[in-house]
Amino acid sequence: MQAANTVLIEEAEPATHTNAPPKVSARDVCVYYGDKQALFDVDLDIHAHQVTALIGPSGCGKSTFLRCLNRMNDTIDICRVEGRIVIDDEDIYARHVDVVHLRARVGMVFQKPNPFPKSIYDNVAYGPRIHGLASGKDELDDIVETSLRRAGLWDEVKDRAAEPGTGLSGGQQQRLCIARAIAVQPEVILMDEPCSALDPIATARIEELIDELREQFTIVIVTHSMQQAARVSQKTAFFHLGVLVEEGDTEQIFTTPKDDRTQAYITGRIG
Amino acid sequence: MTSETLPDSGTIRDRNSDKSALVKAGLKRRYAAERRFRAYGVAGILFGLGCILLLFYTIGSNAIPAFTQTMLRLDITLDPQDIDPDAISTANYRKIVRQPVRALFPEVTSRRDKRALAAMLSPGAAYAVRQMVIDDPSLIGKRISILVPLSDDIDQLNKGAIKASSDETERRVSNKQIAWFERLQDFGLVETVFNTTLFTAGDSREPELAGIWGAVVGSFFTMIVTLALAFPIGVASAVYLEEFAPKNKWTQVIEVNINNLAAVPSIVFGLLGLAVYINFFGLPRSAPLVGGMVLALMTLPTIIIAGRAALKAVPPSIRDAARGLGASPLQVTTHHVLPLAMPGILTGTIIGMAQALGETAPLLMIGMVAFIVDIPGGVTDPATVMPVQIYLWSDAPERAFVERTSAAIAVLLGFLILMNTLAVFLRKKFERKW
Ligand SMILES: Nc1ncnc2c1ncn2[C@@H]1O[C@H](COP(=O)(O)OP(=O)(O)OP(=O)(O)O)[C@@H](O)[C@H]1O
Ligand SMILES: [Mg+2]
Repeated sequence: MQAANTVLIEEAEPATHTNAPPKVSARDVCVYYGDKQALFDVDLDIHAHQVTALIGPSGCGKSTFLRCLNRMNDTIDICRVEGRIVIDDEDIYARHVDVVHLRARVGMVFQKPNPFPKSIYDNVAYGPRIHGLASGKDELDDIVETSLRRAGLWDEVKDRAAEPGTGLSGGQQQRLCIARAIAVQPEVILMDEPCSALDPIATARIEELIDELREQFTIVIVTHSMQQAARVSQKTAFFHLGVLVEEGDTEQIFTTPKDDRTQAYITGRIG
Repeated sequence: MTSETLPDSGTIRDRNSDKSALVKAGLKRRYAAERRFRAYGVAGILFGLGCILLLFYTIGSNAIPAFTQTMLRLDITLDPQDIDPDAISTANYRKIVRQPVRALFPEVTSRRDKRALAAMLSPGAAYAVRQMVIDDPSLIGKRISILVPLSDDIDQLNKGAIKASSDETERRVSNKQIAWFERLQDFGLVETVFNTTLFTAGDSREPELAGIWGAVVGSFFTMIVTLALAFPIGVASAVYLEEFAPKNKWTQVIEVNINNLAAVPSIVFGLLGLAVYINFFGLPRSAPLVGGMVLALMTLPTIIIAGRAALKAVPPSIRDAARGLGASPLQVTTHHVLPLAMPGILTGTIIGMAQALGETAPLLMIGMVAFIVDIPGGVTDPATVMPVQIYLWSDAPERAFVERTSAAIAVLLGFLILMNTLAVFLRKKFERKW
């Protein structure tokens, strides 16, 4: 509780950010797909209990960077990551780090809702089950209910938790995926264009949700919508052709960008 | 200004009307081509359907007589003088069944005629009486009424396959036998019953005593061995190659070789089985164990290829979702990918098994073509399988084996259709929309 309070104060006072150590800090991150380099020396700090938006034109490496943070790039054979990414003082690319444990700490929500073709309950319960987070059926029920509540989906599905998750609407499915991610109690949640397949109402619902989740989690979101970045994030990082061009407080980026390319992108001249 | 624009718009209109005329002319050709194409397709399907119908018709019409058997009702007195109660199984039952037949025709006296008369009975008649007495020894001394099979030639005569009108030298039934048979019919002693022997007996030299049950059981044991070997190995290989193996030169070489394996003629697998399993490892000849192992080699590539296709069809987003939650590679596979791919894998397996069930050539190589009367009791007993039984019967000279061959084919086709229907059903039932 104490911690949460300090964080809230910090957010109200952006100038004091630098005092708290960053939750995630990336240094000199270079990513290669085969011979092709997709990211060039990215340095970025991500602070706890904030929403950090990654913006930039298509193909600039936003998803690539995001997937570095939970080592999802490991699953791509030709992908190679260089540099250091530290989460809470631990280098996640160090030899002894177990990706299974890392991904329990850093959850992910994908662009296209991808619920398992199982029941709504099983979708949410899957993470806690494989990580052994619940000691019994009651506790698991509890986790599922809390997660669905936090994802704002509980009222819509409480009577049909046994129905398949794939039978929900797109927006509901995406909230189910968010519930599934937070059921594991991660510290960081990565979202790759979570609203791109949704209509404005469902999008607004998810944005609200992101704002609420910020209290408990650190969120990194990739988005193509400037408005969305402006609405939900406190920090924004602008990528262009694999280079992190500019990062800073969202307000500053959108009102007084330092770099011409940022200026050009947010005013819609490149993209 | 107008003088300049008018000709322009005129040419455009001309060009437009030209174009629509061109398109119209082209359309006609396109429609004609489409109609022709559809006609080819329909013709092809009709031809295929016609062939299948013809096949079913020939097999069906040939097989139907095999499902009945001509029997003779005999009233037999089981004289204790003929059957020693202490040696029931060794009594002369041939004599016992012949006596009542001779009694019906007292005028037959010459040795040759007596033999010809006795030959109208199947050897199975004596077996039937013997079995009856063994089952219930208290019958000794009583008078029993029993249905016994007539020989295959008389059976064929009754079914009309041997015609009384044909020349005596060209048929296996003499004029006298025909006359006796007609008398038996007049006495009301001849009955045509459902041929249960066909479904309960093993092979026999006598068509009326031969059945496919031995081959069915042999096929069953063989398929069990094939399934027990090919399914786990095939699924494990498919999962490893698709989900775990690094994509490099070696896995490519393996992939090419698996595809090659699927194209190897089955008889080669038979030779391999003969050389390796029987000659090298000393496993028994003619056994379903070896047959199953050989067919497993043949079925493996089918299962691996179908399995990989099914695994590939599972959307990557499901894998990402599970990985993103921290599932280990094995958990991703066993919890999500494999269950979703299972219907496809099962479909491939069933189709592979159906192929194996119909396979003959490799089994000939490992000795499953032997004449085996006993129903196999396990995977190491000598046995034959349905397609080999068909092959054996189709080679037999007796007229009665022709219809039995067709009947065995019908039964085999029945099993194959059943398996393929199951495969289609599985595919339909578990077809997923992501
Ligand atoms: N699996 C891959 N194999 C090879 N190249 C890849 C792969 N994934 C991404 N790339 C390349 O890396 C670069 C960055 O891609 P990335 O997906 O990170 O872009 P992005 O910013 O997320 O784009 P978008 O906004 O369209 O999602 C692109 O040039 C892309 O072609
Ligand atoms: Mg992307």
